[in-house]
Formats: sequence, structure tokens, C-alpha cells
Amino acid sequence: MKGKAIVTVLGKDRVGIVAGVSRVLAENNVNIEDINQTIMQEFFTMMMLITVDEDIISIASLQEKLNALAEELGLKITVQHEDIFRYMHRI
Amino acid sequence: MWLNTEEIKETIEMIQEQRLDIRTITMGISLRDCIDPDGDKLAKNIYRKIADSAGKLVDVAGALQKKYGIPIVNKRVSVSPIAAIAESSDLDDYVPIAKVLDQAAHDINVDFIGGFTALVQKGMTPGDTKLIDSIPRAISETERLCSSVNVASSKAGINMDAVLKMAEVVKETAERTAKQDGIGCAKLVVFANIPEDNPFMAGAYHGFGEPDKVINVGISGPGVVRATLEKYLNIDLLRVAELIKQTAFKITRMGELIGRESAAMLGVKPGVVDLSLAPTPTPGDSVAQIIEAMGIERCGAPGTTAALALLNDAVKKGGAMATSSTGGLSGAFIPVSEDLGMVEAVEASSLTIEKLEAMTAVCSVGLDMVVIPGDTPTETIAGIIADQMAIAVVNRKAAGVRLIPAPGKKEGDKAVFGDLLGFGPVMPVNRFSCANFVRRGGRIPAPLTSLNN
Repeated sequence: MKGKAIVTVLGKDRVGIVAGVSRVLAENNVNIEDINQTIMQEFFTMMMLITVDEDIISIASLQEKLNALAEELGLKITVQHEDIFRYMHRI
Repeated sequence: MWLNTEEIKETIEMIQEQRLDIRTITMGISLRDCIDPDGDKLAKNIYRKIADSAGKLVDVAGALQKKYGIPIVNKRVSVSPIAAIAESSDLDDYVPIAKVLDQAAHDINVDFIGGFTALVQKGMTPGDTKLIDSIPRAISETERLCSSVNVASSKAGINMDAVLKMAEVVKETAERTAKQDGIGCAKLVVFANIPEDNPFMAGAYHGFGEPDKVINVGISGPGVVRATLEKYLNIDLLRVAELIKQTAFKITRMGELIGRESAAMLGVKPGVVDLSLAPTPTPGDSVAQIIEAMGIERCGAPGTTAALALLNDAVKKGGAMATSSTGGLSGAFIPVSEDLGMVEAVEASSLTIEKLEAMTAVCSVGLDMVVIPGDTPTETIAGIIADQMAIAVVNRKAAGVRLIPAPGKKEGDKAVFGDLLGFGPVMPVNRFSCANFVRRGGRIPAPLTSLNN
């Protein structure tokens, strides 16, 4: 079963953030549909819309894998099913 | 992206910084099919029904928390009023039923179980009397059990015999849990117009008009409302109301999402979303501080009741649009010990019991988690309860009273309960007597407005 989720990455800018996150996603057969990334005063913000095949990996396990990366790079990474945003901001 | 990044950021900030969470997923379970004349069989039936119905509740909540990245703080169960369920059994008191409820709650790992309840607004049956007599032992000998007794309604008036009886029960429950400053009273609430679908404790029970099983969700988010208001210091009150409405809408949508999905996963009917702003002792997660963010120097100062009325109304208007089914208490909660802003207001002598009483006329609860001196006379406690019941009955609203006469404590002392229950300064109580009034007994009839058929 495929589901859409939002990945948000926040933290101090450094080399290899996009590469690192994309690698974890690719390794788990997660497709990136859209990326929005900005840097404000060395503060890195990235949001990705992804499609997760939940037969291969659940959002919860993906979060755990990204937690390991987040710790390595000193970032905060969260993965949340898109419905939480849709419910809050769209009628 | 179909969402803009500002919207995504806003949601994440609400959860990570402003402590937006789902306060509780509460499964209501009917115990009507558990009734048996044999007390042992009754207890077994109750245990089995709860374990079979809600065994997966905690796992489902955990899975949803991970999927959506929003904390689901409490998992609870509410059951049919035990006074009715146990009435035709051979039990002399209902403490064994309290213990089996507690055991079931423990085994399925829910935080609280509510429904040790009697509805006596007009009078008591033998089962009601047995249940009420059992409350002090039932609460003090269990861990997760919550009890509620409805003593008044806008249709029936106020059962003053029950009010006085409950004042005695409150005193005894405090004394039986004296080692923890009377914490038992935090799990006991005296109600008027008790809702049948309230997911919040201590007043949650599963009403007779409800389906066999149902999922009710209670939301939270005072921190989000406060943070929003603090961004706009110079807007007029009409815009303040508008902002609160918008924020309440967003918060309530989270409850609607989690309610629908958890009910589907558990194979039961989705019930109501209770759109309440429920504070916690965490700094910032406070209803008092919302009032202060509107421009009141300290909660309790003149203007507080008006500010709370605005807040309570705007929360309902925003929330009602966000869910197809509202219920429970739905409004702003003002429990003293669970709200750091309220505690500070009491300590600064800004907030008194009398002011709190006025505030209860315009919000969804009653005098809640109010610590009073341990030597407060039973009749005075009955008088405080009766006043609160009168406000609720006349205004056709729900109100629950949770008074804690902390044994051995006097004005200026502090009672400490821990966790979500927080701590509370002992509040002074008017020292003049109402004994001759409450000892009259009988019933205060329903107001004229009850004749609306």
C-alpha cells in the first residue's frame, strides 16, 4: 500500500544533507515527488513530499532510519503522513 | 507542493514547540451484556468484555502517534455506570467490581478507567447507594479507577441529599489517601448535567444512549492558542476571537483525524471529538496564560470572566466546523493544580474560589482540582458543591466539581499530586456556615426553563 508523507529537515547547514537524506530514502524504495529547500542565516530547512510503499517500509521504521542520520548530521528530521497537514490546513 | 512550506512549518511548530497533542483516546464500552446475579460471574464478564474490546487500544494509539508524528498522551476506557450494571447482583458493596475494572485497565495498559458512576439527580436506587458508599474504598484501593456521581440536572434540579452525601464521600476519600495529600479526590468528580460521551477523566462514563463500543477523542492545545495570541498584541477583541476560532479549528482537525482512524483500526464506531482546551502543568500549556495573553495582568483580575467567555465561545465556534461530531465537555478547562498559570495566580492572591466559581459560569467545567483546607467542614463542602450545581443547572451546562480537602493542610500549604495532576496551593474557604441549609436535605426543583416541551 502506497502512502504519501512529508519529510522535514531542520538544522545548521553543512555539506551532504540532501545527499544523506536522499540516500536513506532511495535505499528504502521511497520516491521523492517534490522538494523545497531554503537556507536562512545558515539555518537549513528542507521539506520533501515522498511516496512510501508501506509493504516495504512503514513510516515509523523510516523515521527510525532517518533518526540515525539526523544524529550523525546534527539535524532534526521528522516524517509524518501527509494527512496530518491536509486535515489541519485544507477543508 | 500542494501544501506550502509555511503551513507545514506551522503544524510542526505546534507539535514540537507549543505542545499540541491528542490528550486522550477513550474507548467507551457498554457493560450491559455483562450483568449477572452472581457477583463473581459479573466480575469475570466485565473483565472479559474490557480485555476483548480494548486490548489493542494502546498499540493502535502508538501506531498512529508514529504515523502522524503527534503525541497521543492518554489511552483510557470508560464503561457503563457500575451502579446500574451491578445492581441486580448479589454483591453487598461494589469494591470487588472496582478492583476488576482496575485490573483490566492495568492488563491492557490504559492510563485510567472511568465509569464507577451513579446518576442520582432525582433520587437513589439501592444500587446507587451501594456504589456511593463504596467510592472511598474503591478509589483508595485501586490505582487507575475514576468515579463520578451526577447529583443535578437542568431537568431534575439538585438532589441535595446526594450533595451532602457526596461531601461526606469526598472527605472520606481524602482521608483514605491522606499520605498523598488526598489524591483520591482527583479521581472523583461530582457532576451536574454529566455528558454521556466525555473522554476526559475523572468524569468519563459510557452512557446508556451510546453504541456497544465507541471511540471518543479529547484534544488539547492551550499552548498553541497562547502562542498565536502572543504574536498579535494590539488587535481588537473581535480579531482575538477570530484568531482563536482559526486555531481551534486546526487543533480540532487533529482530533477528527485520529478519532476516525483509530475507530476504523479498532473496528468500532467513531464517537465524538471533545474540543476542549485542557492544560497541563508544563510551562506554557496553560489556559490562565491565554487569558493573560489577552491583556489580563494575572488570571483572576477583573476582566478574567469576560476573557474566558470569549475564549470558550471561540473554541466552540472554530471546533464545531472542524468535526462532524462534537461532544463531551467541549470548551476551556480551568483545573487549578493542572495549570501552572492558575497555580501562580492563586499564589499571587489574584485567583480565589469565588472568582473561579464565576468563571465556571462561562466555561465547560466546574471548580476543578481545587485544594481546600483538610479541616473544611463537610457541610461547607456540600455548600460549595451546591453552588456549582446551581450555576450549571440554571445555565443548562455541564459542571464537575473536584475538591480536594487535603488532610492536615491549611491555607498557604501546598498539596503535591505529581504527573498530569500537578500540585496545588491550599485555597482559603469562606468560614461562615451553611450547615442549616444543606442539612435540610430534599431537592432544589428544576428551574422554570426546564419546562420547554
